[in-house]
Amino acid sequence: MSRRRSGTWLGFDPWLLSAVLLLAGLGLAILYGASGGDRELVLNQAARFGLGLVLMVVLSRIPTPWLMSWSPWLYLLALVLLVAVAVMGVGRGAHRWLDLGVVRFQPSEIAKLGLPMMLAWVLHTRPLPPSVGTLAWLAVLIMAPVLLIAEQPDLGTATLVACSGLFVVFLAGLSWRWISGLGLLVATAVPVIWQLMHDYQRSRVHTFLDPGADPLGQGWNIIQSQIAVGSGGLTGKGYLHGTQSQLQFLPEHTTDFVFAVFAEEFGLIGVIVMLVLYAVIISRGLIIAARARHTYGRLLAGAISLTVFVYVLVNGAMVAGLLPVVGMPMPLISYGGTSAVTLLAGFGLIMSVNRYRRGPGT
Amino acid sequence: MRLSAVSERRIKDGGMEAVMFRNRAIQGFVIVLLCLLALAGRYAWLQVVKYEEYASRSESNRVRLQPVAPARGLIHDRNGVLLAENRPAFRLELVPERVDDLDRVLAELDQRVQLDEMDLEKFRQAYGNARRYQPVPLKFRLSELEIARLAIDQHRFPAVQVTPYQSRHYVYGPMYAHLIGYVGRIDEADQARLDRGRYAGSTHVGKTGLERNYEDMLHGAAGLERVETHANGRPLRVLSSTPPEPGQHLFLTIDHRLQEAAIRAFEGQSGAAIAIDPRNGEVLAMVSLPSFDANLFVSGISRGNYAALLESPYRPLFNRAVQGGYEPGSTLKPHMVLMGLELGLRRPGDTVLSTGQFRLPGHPQVYRDWRSGGHGRADARRAIAESVNTYFYQLAVDAGIDRMSDYMADFGFGRPTGLDLLGEGEGVLPSRDWKRAQLNQPWYLGETVIAGIGQGYWVTTMPQLARATAILASGGRDPQLHLLRAVASGVDAPERMHDAGPVGQVPVQDRAHWQLVVDAMTDVVHGASGTARAVGADSPYTIAGKTGTAQRVSRREGRSPQDLAQHLRHQALFVGFAPAEDPRIAIAVVVEGGGSGSRTAAPLARRILDGWWQLQPPQP
Repeated sequence: MSRRRSGTWLGFDPWLLSAVLLLAGLGLAILYGASGGDRELVLNQAARFGLGLVLMVVLSRIPTPWLMSWSPWLYLLALVLLVAVAVMGVGRGAHRWLDLGVVRFQPSEIAKLGLPMMLAWVLHTRPLPPSVGTLAWLAVLIMAPVLLIAEQPDLGTATLVACSGLFVVFLAGLSWRWISGLGLLVATAVPVIWQLMHDYQRSRVHTFLDPGADPLGQGWNIIQSQIAVGSGGLTGKGYLHGTQSQLQFLPEHTTDFVFAVFAEEFGLIGVIVMLVLYAVIISRGLIIAARARHTYGRLLAGAISLTVFVYVLVNGAMVAGLLPVVGMPMPLISYGGTSAVTLLAGFGLIMSVNRYRRGPGT
Repeated sequence: MRLSAVSERRIKDGGMEAVMFRNRAIQGFVIVLLCLLALAGRYAWLQVVKYEEYASRSESNRVRLQPVAPARGLIHDRNGVLLAENRPAFRLELVPERVDDLDRVLAELDQRVQLDEMDLEKFRQAYGNARRYQPVPLKFRLSELEIARLAIDQHRFPAVQVTPYQSRHYVYGPMYAHLIGYVGRIDEADQARLDRGRYAGSTHVGKTGLERNYEDMLHGAAGLERVETHANGRPLRVLSSTPPEPGQHLFLTIDHRLQEAAIRAFEGQSGAAIAIDPRNGEVLAMVSLPSFDANLFVSGISRGNYAALLESPYRPLFNRAVQGGYEPGSTLKPHMVLMGLELGLRRPGDTVLSTGQFRLPGHPQVYRDWRSGGHGRADARRAIAESVNTYFYQLAVDAGIDRMSDYMADFGFGRPTGLDLLGEGEGVLPSRDWKRAQLNQPWYLGETVIAGIGQGYWVTTMPQLARATAILASGGRDPQLHLLRAVASGVDAPERMHDAGPVGQVPVQDRAHWQLVVDAMTDVVHGASGTARAVGADSPYTIAGKTGTAQRVSRREGRSPQDLAQHLRHQALFVGFAPAEDPRIAIAVVVEGGGSGSRTAAPLARRILDGWWQLQPPQP
């Protein structure tokens, strides 16, 4: 089968590529508004997008078999760096960053891609659905980075990394019986997790359950975010006219809560358009995954696509007051470098899978 | 597919896996779609169903009503002399939501601005009750040096605000401290009684004196600005505003020149004096000495200053002019004589033999005249002029306590005069009912005897004495005593006369009786044997008066006279009016520890009256 088929453009899936570029462009415009016209901030973000897009294009050109062969090493690198961060990391309160002199970055970002790659690599040579022994092995592979990240503590990223791993297992055909069993296990583990949580994490949950209890302190974000969203109405207050964010009632209005600004300025119609755009990206990723002829590519592309969905769901629900405040950005809209670069790199991996459908032999 | 169904080692089946993966991808996508739909539903709920609620909350977030304090009304004397004004000043405020560590901020501020304990106490009280974005005043009337110090370090104190405001200033400091009173910081008790809307944005309220009494007129009402604010409370622009309603300006009945003369007349002694116009009840001067600087209280008096005022043996904070209770003593004698004549108990020519001693039949108790050996035969006129006690002992016995207290009640004794100042004392008008109610004891005849010379249970206040004297001077007319003459709504607005209330009238049986009393009082000052003849000799106008010397009594204060030092036990009193033939001023004077009325109070009263006389237009 030829590498270039009708409907592709230089080997890119036109739907995915245009949706990603559109999203990145919209993201910058929204950020410009949400930051109150802060050009420097937008240029910063654009520079990161540039870096991410370069990475995306480069990765999309790398044959999937190569990627597969790097998988265990990347995973190992992520683990080593996570341990290093735990030992000598820098950061405000939480040890998340590794300072390499020139660049500071979060090793957990490598884990976001390294883990699904590793799991897909493991499953690639095994019969699916995976056997109990394989599952146990996968569980260990997932738990190692997740626990290290949760310990930093960074619950949002830990959740994301865990999800990216679990999606691989899900797509590998884990039976629904196991899935429901796992769900039950998580449910019973909640009290234990509660005990292990940091105070600030617990107070976030408290606040989420009853934001009115401390409206000027912890509950402020949740209340102000809902006011911003609700006051946007059907059509919004108009670009740059969101009073909640422009007058700085809404904290974190360029990062975690940027979607509230968007909802305030563009209304329900804007929200639906944006959700449709994300749905297009996710569905395109899943279609590419389904079309791939090799296990590694399928599992990797599928898991990354579903992980994008987790970002959107968790951030969207948090902004709308459905989930407690967790540090999870809205993909390509929230200000913040590393997650945007990782996301774009992830799209690069999906594009590579699209390009090298045939993939490596089993 | 079930894992349990696969027991032996399997090999990969590409086709089957592709089908399975496709199923899983589809299942996953369905879940994604359902979740996104649910999320969209939530946004629809917030943005469509609950839109109204959140839109209004967003609006109220954005727009804050900011109160604008009204300018307090000015206070003038009757001729327009400014007595209480508003001066631009700066105060130091803290915004609670910008304070990270209150104790640290206060400690650091203390190095730049002197903070008194009282300031801190009141501040903490207000700080606890304030809303997070509401600035709480910490110190008033910053000095220029303090403002400069704060300005230099402003970046270190994000929570600190230096706000311009209008500070009350009493132009003549101690001269009117007991009359005009002062404003002070609104405290918790004030907050409970004041209308929050009218006082929004105000930091001060009238605490004592006329400032308290006419608070309603002086304050006005707060205005409102609808201000678009930044989340941190910083106002960005005014959307609309309702201007505050400024307080009304007061014009008092007081004549500042006479007030000055009255204070000068005391020559540093303690006491009180009231001068009124008997024709209309206007209070021309009202003095309580020693006094204190009312300005000390406006921006919060320091603990040290306050303690000094409280502990001073001369008790400068005590308002003798309205709260002080004094035994009237002989100053009551003109009224007693009038009672005897009007009730038909005496004719003007009836005489009583004064031997220096008076006894009730069958009682061993001796009641004395002030001149040992007595005054000889005394008629009504002489009884007043020479202050012949025996005349009054017998008169009191003949009248009986019931008729006496009934008659004296007509002159306003035993109840507040209704002067427009809070805290006016009631005094005591001795009567059977009063004694029964207060002491639960029957009345004894001996008590009637000494009540006849204004002693025993008698307690009067300065306003009561002035009023009763004015009634004598004006043939029974009893206008309401008052301090507020007129009000004006603006600086250039016309003054509107203030209605003090209806004019009363004491029943008159025979004008001649009243004239006799006035003549007798004139004899006190101008007669050959009058008790105050020393002060009347060179007077260009005629003075009618009566001296009195009494033990210091003040049931209000809960002290008995024996607690006081010897020199403080006697009060010198003088009541009088001038000119005797056409009274235009009536006064009551008390000098604490002043010895006798004729030696101390009468000359002092003369000095006040001279001050008044100089203000009169030249006689034709």
